Amino acid sequence: MTENSLDTAGRQAAADKAGGERAAASTPGGAGAPDGLGGPAPSRVVAPPPDRVGRPPRPTLGRRAAAFADSLWRPALVLAVFFAAWWFVAAREYVPNYLVPTPGQVWETMTTQWSELARHTLVTLYETVLGFVLAAALGLVTAVAIAYSRTLDKALYPIVLFAQVIPKIAIAPLLVVWFGLGLTPKIILAVLIAFFPVVISGVAGLRSTDPELLDLAATMGAGPWRTFRKIRFPNALPHLMAGLKVAVTLAVVGAVVGEFVGASEGLGYVLLLANGNLDAPLLFADLILMSAIGIVLFVLVEIAEALLIPWHASRRAGVSLTTS
Amino acid sequence: MTAAPAATGTAIGMSGLTVRFTTRRSQTTALDDVSLDIEPGEFVTIVGPSGCGKSTLLKIVAGLVKPTSGEVSLLERPVRGPQKEIGFVFQKAALLEWRGARANILLQAEMRGMDRARAARRADELIEMTGLTGFEKALPHELSGGMQQRVALCRALLHSPPVLLMDEPFGALDALTREQMNAELHRIWRETGTTVVLVTHSIAEAVFLGTRVVVMSPRPGRIIRTFPVELPAHRDYAQVMSDSRFDRLATDLRGLLGSAAANH
Repeated sequence: MTENSLDTAGRQAAADKAGGERAAASTPGGAGAPDGLGGPAPSRVVAPPPDRVGRPPRPTLGRRAAAFADSLWRPALVLAVFFAAWWFVAAREYVPNYLVPTPGQVWETMTTQWSELARHTLVTLYETVLGFVLAAALGLVTAVAIAYSRTLDKALYPIVLFAQVIPKIAIAPLLVVWFGLGLTPKIILAVLIAFFPVVISGVAGLRSTDPELLDLAATMGAGPWRTFRKIRFPNALPHLMAGLKVAVTLAVVGAVVGEFVGASEGLGYVLLLANGNLDAPLLFADLILMSAIGIVLFVLVEIAEALLIPWHASRRAGVSLTTS
Repeated sequence: MTAAPAATGTAIGMSGLTVRFTTRRSQTTALDDVSLDIEPGEFVTIVGPSGCGKSTLLKIVAGLVKPTSGEVSLLERPVRGPQKEIGFVFQKAALLEWRGARANILLQAEMRGMDRARAARRADELIEMTGLTGFEKALPHELSGGMQQRVALCRALLHSPPVLLMDEPFGALDALTREQMNAELHRIWRETGTTVVLVTHSIAEAVFLGTRVVVMSPRPGRIIRTFPVELPAHRDYAQVMSDSRFDRLATDLRGLLGSAAANH
């Protein structure tokens, strides 16, 4: 066997693999599209296919709609059954109506008081988003400090843990005394409650870097900033996104708890009001809106995750907490 | 190729390298008084049983591990801290999973702040040379083990380092792929003139690739013997395998490694 034939064998094996992967991944809509990056074929050997490897082609609109419908019918069915049961219990008055209103009554409250509810929803949404963004930024900075410095690790971890174990509901009144009835105490509560999962996931992510990659970076003469930007941070993203998903749902809790303690607007304030007036339909409408905030924000973080780490195993396998 | 090894002097000089690890209970000597000089353009292969400190030796040369005592120099300069004038290939490909093959190769350029256009041209050259054409955008998980290791090799060669350090680079590959990679590495070494130090478990690999084979003892790692490989500089895998000189050397090595293991 000559050296050249060995080489050819190598390329042939490579070509076979690519062919196999393409066959496995091909679906109608874009198979066989040349990517134009193959460059000039090497003259001495069989050219491997200048084609994308292993990437499924972009599905057509119809297919995507079908996939969307397929992913939706199960949760839709569960929701429908839930609403049917609710309606049945309430309409038959197994439970008095002032405790559990019918879905119709709740819907009516929502539509008639829409502008008022929308205003309060926006207030809570604003507190939640701001709290979440601040928690994400602070959490990431803290995680970097902890992951990079032993001293800061020892110094900061107890504080982080203390901030987590202290009951947030217990310090809410204190925050109101300190910062008044405005948005500040709500945002601080949202930050406090959302901060912890970001730090923990960030530290875990940053510490999960393969030590060989760090050795490699050292032999490339790269400084700590480049190593962070090109290797450690992208490597930490899958962990970090998981933490952010937990954090965003917790931020809603923080904002609402803050509103419970002292507020003149927001969904938490409306909830107390409705409770005091025994206005069950308003109370239920309010609960639905609070959950909606959490769900919408969670899905937004999921979308960000899909865009940021399409390469990660958790996304490749189609294992997802929501759709796709 | 633009590798520019120093015309004179040693590429790598090691003298009296000793490494001791202290754990809570005991002290182990990983390397014991290892001295070795490597000329520019040499291909030195180091064989030895597991745990003989071969990998530690490479890391010392790269400046990633500090020896307990002894001196090491790279291109006539003493090694203190991580070295830039090298390419390093690990047993695992150690690729970034979020980058395609070409982007993984170009990591070397980005980390060094190399000229982008030149690095891109060089990357395309290496991609062609190692048969990765058509796989430029493939993510690591879409590539076979052999292909991944080719990407790692390209990444290590991107900046045309005068010294290439390889730590059991083909250890995780199947036998057939390994032979192919050996033949390719031999061709690349001939074309680039880079000084290579390769650590391996495989006697066949050590003899086929090396201009010199260094045999190490089990822990504590010492150099038992050094064999020059009297095979032509231009080697063909099948021919070498049936060459009587290959057989003799391989038998000697096997005997030496066997007796070294038996004494421990």
